[in-house]
Amino acid sequence: MSESENAQLERLANREYQYGFVTDIESETIPPGLDESVVRLISAKKQEPEWLLEWRLRALHRFRELLEHETEPTWAHVSYPKIDYQSIIYYSAPKPREKLESLDEVDPELLATYEKLGISLSEQKRLTGVAVDAVFDSVSVATTFKGELEKMGIVFCSFSEAVQKHPDLVRKYLGSVVPYSDNFFACLNSAVFSDGSFAYIPKGVRCPMELSTYFRINSAGTGQFERTLIVADEGAYVSYLEGCTAPMRDENQLHAAVVELVALDDAEIKYSTVQNWYPGDKNGVGGIYNFVTKRGACRGARSKISWTQVETGSAITWKYPSCILQGDDSAGAFYSVAMTNHRQQADTGTKMLHIGKNTKSTIISKGISAGRGQQSYRGLVRIGPKASGARNYSQCDSLLLGDECGAHTFPYLEVKNATATVEHEATTSKIGEDQLFYCRQRGISEEDAVSMIVNGFCKQVLRELPMEFAVEAQNLLGLSLEGAVG
Amino acid sequence: MAKPMLELVNVHATAGGAEILKGLDLAIRPGEVHAMMGPNGSGKSTLANVLAGRPSVEVTKGEVRFEGRDLTLLSAEERAREGIFLAFQYPVEIPGVANMYFLKAALNAVRRHRGEDELDAMDFLALAREKTKLVEMDEKLMQRSVNEGFSGGEKKRNEILQMAILEPKLAVLDETDSGLDIDALRIVANGVNALRSPERSMLVITHYQRLLDYIVPDVVHVLAGGRIVKTGGKELAFELEEKGYGWVEGAAAG
Repeated sequence: MSESENAQLERLANREYQYGFVTDIESETIPPGLDESVVRLISAKKQEPEWLLEWRLRALHRFRELLEHETEPTWAHVSYPKIDYQSIIYYSAPKPREKLESLDEVDPELLATYEKLGISLSEQKRLTGVAVDAVFDSVSVATTFKGELEKMGIVFCSFSEAVQKHPDLVRKYLGSVVPYSDNFFACLNSAVFSDGSFAYIPKGVRCPMELSTYFRINSAGTGQFERTLIVADEGAYVSYLEGCTAPMRDENQLHAAVVELVALDDAEIKYSTVQNWYPGDKNGVGGIYNFVTKRGACRGARSKISWTQVETGSAITWKYPSCILQGDDSAGAFYSVAMTNHRQQADTGTKMLHIGKNTKSTIISKGISAGRGQQSYRGLVRIGPKASGARNYSQCDSLLLGDECGAHTFPYLEVKNATATVEHEATTSKIGEDQLFYCRQRGISEEDAVSMIVNGFCKQVLRELPMEFAVEAQNLLGLSLEGAVG
Repeated sequence: MAKPMLELVNVHATAGGAEILKGLDLAIRPGEVHAMMGPNGSGKSTLANVLAGRPSVEVTKGEVRFEGRDLTLLSAEERAREGIFLAFQYPVEIPGVANMYFLKAALNAVRRHRGEDELDAMDFLALAREKTKLVEMDEKLMQRSVNEGFSGGEKKRNEILQMAILEPKLAVLDETDSGLDIDALRIVANGVNALRSPERSMLVITHYQRLLDYIVPDVVHVLAGGRIVKTGGKELAFELEEKGYGWVEGAAAG
């Protein structure tokens, strides 16, 4: 690639992060540090039942053990300085003025923040067809369309509210897919999680609108630890989307979330993520560490879970949305576009664990690396001894823009049943000068050409997103990239 | 005589650090079809890239004028919008981008530049339908990704289709005949001939005389060692076919 091309790419790649502003709002923030009193404080603030406090404390003890034995995971293909877990603030919430009875009582400053992010919470201007739960720092500030959904028996609310109003459901399913001791970051989350979203779709109900949670980190020095639990009862269907942004700060902030999905017989859950946490500046200063555990259990026969993710933000991404295919004839899917630019690092992929008979999984992973970004696909397909007739198809494609970035693929296959069919395809390509020049010779600007080529590369994944968000995701890809090519 | 649409004076150009064009002169007037012939490595493709503005090819000396303007000051996309079209020797594939979408984006970029309204999907579809007939192309190829999985002949036809839709002032055809069987060659040539007009100029780059049986040029140049060593009428192509490039390469050395 010529010198001038590199310069052009760099210029294009350097478009600013749009969501880097800070909301000036009075917060209730506890001092940094992690010990039992912090966990008790969080639990007390949430007026949690005893069993949940105990669960948190068990997680805390396990986390301390892991920390003592220095078992923070290091196998991912990412590098970052050691995190001091005592310097993180584990709870911060916008100060409530009164107990909220309706959205009209939400702090206007908060409403304005979400407006600015393109998420309207006000009753008049809500995005039609999408119910939104807005999580600001550690707490949920508003949930729209709750009433309408309740009429159908659908529960969609903040996690804290679910603990109060639907304790039996929460108790039954919390930790049933990702146990508190699952891994280092899940353990930390289980001890200190502050809020998140909860959804329950009753038997035979098809949720009529997209459910969506919008996460925003605002305060400095805080970690965000949310917990999402979605249960689709027999024959239920739900499509859920999460989005997230954070201010630009020159410190790294930790986001360690846990998402659990449960699909019973004939149920289907589509879970989509458009992840746009602050990625840090072009020299790699600041940005979110996105260390997230996401897992879905296809518990019932013929159940389906699909993960669709567009990952463009965060300084470091460590994330493997997975499916446990327990029910016979159940199906799991993972559609991913991950983009790393500048100094961003991503180690992402999935686990498909085939347990039941005739289970099926599909993995489509598209990695895009630009600038000095490093990108790894890491995936495990395990076919258990009883999973006769299991099928998997995996496709991992990497696109390199420029010559200072990297793409890596770590596929793991464990097949313990001879009747299984497993296919894996992988490609690595570069947006060449040739492709770009071809577009430009037809009159298409370089910026448009790059975004056209990248969107074409990601098409298989983008078409899995709910309509309302496909366009947003396309634009986001264009924005995060803007011209890193070669 | 009309003023040249394209004029090159003593053009020197480098590609990959090596000087390929070494003092090339050329003038093409509106409506003229020029053939540029020459052996491998003589600089034919470099000339095409100089005109289209490929970033890796640099003009180090001389003048390149298009309608009186210094072409070297324009980016590749600006040149395209001004009406310069290059039919690629090796058209590239763009996975996941529908041919239809690509062409519409290209046409609308050109139309915006000309101050014309953009075509909507319906109008574009009608236009594309009409033009696909010209190159006897299966309409289904419009729904497929750009050039992905196209045969050699389909790729070249797709190039001519793009030319027909974009209606350039100057079309540069870089070895459009390479890799084509005789039927495909005839179809491509028919498409090109249908686009000949008193306002449109063409530069047909080819290694073989064969293409010129179908696209009859007004002027034939022979390029060797980065310079035009011989210029004549269409009969020059036959002479060249008969005597081989050794004949003109000798002239270049002398």
